[in-house]
Amino acid sequence: MPGAGPRLRPVAPWPRAIGQVPAAADALMAITGKLGQFRGESRFTTWACKFAIFEVSAKIGRHFWRHPAVPLDAEDWDRLPDRFGADPAQEAEWRDLAAALRRAVDEVLIPRQRQVFVAIVLNGVPLDALVVELGSSRNAIYKVLFDARRKLRSVLVADGYLRDDCPGNS
Amino acid sequence: MNDWPALDRFLRTDPRDAGCDQAMEMLHVYVELVEAGNPAEQRYPGIAARLRACGPCGEDFEGLLAAVRGDAD
Repeated sequence: MPGAGPRLRPVAPWPRAIGQVPAAADALMAITGKLGQFRGESRFTTWACKFAIFEVSAKIGRHFWRHPAVPLDAEDWDRLPDRFGADPAQEAEWRDLAAALRRAVDEVLIPRQRQVFVAIVLNGVPLDALVVELGSSRNAIYKVLFDARRKLRSVLVADGYLRDDCPGNS
Repeated sequence: MNDWPALDRFLRTDPRDAGCDQAMEMLHVYVELVEAGNPAEQRYPGIAARLRACGPCGEDFEGLLAAVRGDAD
């Protein structure tokens, strides 16, 4: 009989509950705006979850700039060994390699590549945060970094600092 | 030579890399293949290369896989 069974009551009215979790509200908006793009290639829940995750990733990037650890244009090359887990016992070797890398960054990268390399590699800025700061896209920033990595490795291989032992990769 | 393997790995680029946009476009399909135990990497080598190389894309993949497996916190 309709209305005879127990009724479940939400802990908080829906709009308020969603509003208490801004990322969830933004994710819901993002999913709602894309409903027409669902093509049935996967379960709906998987497809919808994807956009919720993208929204959280983007939000983490936006939040980074509220309390950035370092300015975007700082260049602290002394951080490089820590960033790549250099062995202190081999300081002489990695100092030589770090100096060669720095020369390559100065000589072969165009300004945009250098800016992205410094922010992500030296300053540890999350890629999604850099996307927000530069008003770009994850794909565009990653492409800039991809090209920078390829150029730098090519120089370090040519100068004998790294091995070219993987045909097809550069 | 090559006493800094982490730097070496970072500077390597994979020509099969599909790019963030293409990888994220098909992420839900890729995740369900992985979840079902199908050879996702063989079917989408460009996406697999991207997920290995791009930290944020890899994190999104891990997050979505955890969500569909029901083991997300």
